[in-house]
Amino acid sequence: MSEIIDLKHIAPQVRRDILRMIFTAQSGHPGGALGCADIFTALYFKILKHSPAGFTMNGSGEDLFFLSNGHLSAAWFSVLARSGYFPVKELATFRHIDTRLQGHPSTKEGLPGVRVASGSLGQGLSVAIGAALAKKLNNDNRLVYCLMGDGEQQEGQIWEAAMFAAGKNVDNIIGIIDYNGQQIDGPCNEVMPLGSLKAKWKAFGWIVLEMNGNDMEDIIKTMPKAIEKTGQEKPVVILMQTEMGYGVDFMEGTHEWHGKPPNEEQFKKAIANFEETLGDY
Amino acid sequence: MQNYICKEKKDTRSGFGEGLFELGKTNPEVVALCADLTGSLKMDNFKNHFPGRFFQTGIAEANMMGIAAGLTIGGKIPFAGTFANFATGRVYDQVRQCIAYSEKNVKICASHAGITLGEDGATHQMLEDIGMMKMLPNMTVISPCDFNQTKAATLAVARHKGPVYLRFGRPKVPNFTSEDQKFIIGKADILIEGNDVSVFATGHLVWQALQAAKILNEKGISAEIINIHTIKPLDSQVVINSIKKTGCGVTAEEHQINGGMGESIARLLTGKRPQPLEMIGIKDVFGESGKPGELMDKFGLNAQNVADAARKVITRK
Repeated sequence: MSEIIDLKHIAPQVRRDILRMIFTAQSGHPGGALGCADIFTALYFKILKHSPAGFTMNGSGEDLFFLSNGHLSAAWFSVLARSGYFPVKELATFRHIDTRLQGHPSTKEGLPGVRVASGSLGQGLSVAIGAALAKKLNNDNRLVYCLMGDGEQQEGQIWEAAMFAAGKNVDNIIGIIDYNGQQIDGPCNEVMPLGSLKAKWKAFGWIVLEMNGNDMEDIIKTMPKAIEKTGQEKPVVILMQTEMGYGVDFMEGTHEWHGKPPNEEQFKKAIANFEETLGDY
Repeated sequence: MQNYICKEKKDTRSGFGEGLFELGKTNPEVVALCADLTGSLKMDNFKNHFPGRFFQTGIAEANMMGIAAGLTIGGKIPFAGTFANFATGRVYDQVRQCIAYSEKNVKICASHAGITLGEDGATHQMLEDIGMMKMLPNMTVISPCDFNQTKAATLAVARHKGPVYLRFGRPKVPNFTSEDQKFIIGKADILIEGNDVSVFATGHLVWQALQAAKILNEKGISAEIINIHTIKPLDSQVVINSIKKTGCGVTAEEHQINGGMGESIARLLTGKRPQPLEMIGIKDVFGESGKPGELMDKFGLNAQNVADAARKVITRK
């Protein structure tokens, strides 16, 4: 229980970081990042077996995380910095000239924690599968995680990857789908109905779990279950219900804040929702 | 004039297959992927001898490129093979984001490139791939000329750290370079030295250029024949030195003249040594069905075409 309290202590700071980074840059994607702040916090401070201080590209003996929906970069960079991959003060450079914290994650500038560029959607799961296959070849029994968006499920490559992982028994991978029901142009089911993602992933041969991605108790309960399901010749995916813009009332439940920075008044209102638990950068 | 002899005809894709098989035996980090064209790419030997290091992705090239990028993260050296069409145009964004931009050590192995794919026609005749691949930062672009050179290039790219586009073809063509050649990425080969015109050729057009040198020699014209097996990085020193000597050039490739090897040479010369240049290549049209030789003739890619271009460019000096 104390672990959950710790995580609940960190998540508001991650949300503060997200808002401050995007407000300062006057560009970025607050909606999805705020919605996923809890899973990012849980992964980087509880679930992943990783070595923030000694980052290596191959991550031998560590769990690997891939962000397929790269526009959630603000949330990812926050937990990478807060967990020790790079100095927290570097968050101030997000989306500015000469930064390692590019608008979408990249490897070119050598930011510790990032292993492949993402931003153009639909590609991360394939890369994660490749990394998982390499782990098997290297007799490395750690896991590979990949976070995707729900709108991203409209990309065909996702289903190429889904077919491969199940067909070739890639059972050391856990996919997480941020199921907030929103995308840039509106609700997913208006833009391009997703149908039953649960039925689709099951039909593709994956073990499917569900959780509430804005409930830390549920995350901490479900993630070990997902880990337990690995190693059974089937890949695992979690449909994670979230609220886009979670924690900021006027950003919740709408696609409006997918890729728009708040103005000063909106920023002040938004940031007031979150306590400065770890100290702002 | 040095004479090159066709002792046998062999397909460049088989050179790739032999090189890959040898890598399988010598380098445990080498893995291979294929999207349902294992036989066509001559990857069967690798697949059968090293099944644990071979990944059949089915007809899903985008996924194949992503998986290849992921395998490099665990230290593997993936050779991802498919037709040139499906290795470039179909997956450009995947190659761009996950391989080139992400600086992944993936070897993109593209067979059936160019018009000599033949009867299957324009849908499969990839003539824009050199352009697409050379535009990507970090990408090395290699286009060997025969069986022996394709094998040597395959071995060489495994030693090179970084993304590589390796282009080869389907038909059996003269195998004339030495079996034990050293393939140095980025170093052009001067096959025949000459004084009157420089001919820069790549891939299947290198043999045509050598035949053109004979035609020109009979007319008393001394042509310098240079094999540009590495299109990027271009061997600018060899190109400039040759042009300084001859004062004019011809480029020859089985690719669109828009965006091809010839355009890279033209750009280099424009900046460093402007001289007359003629280009042999596909002139902004799609291909069509036919036998490889018939298509080379119809689209103006044979030895006589190269010789004619050389005589023309000499008059422009």
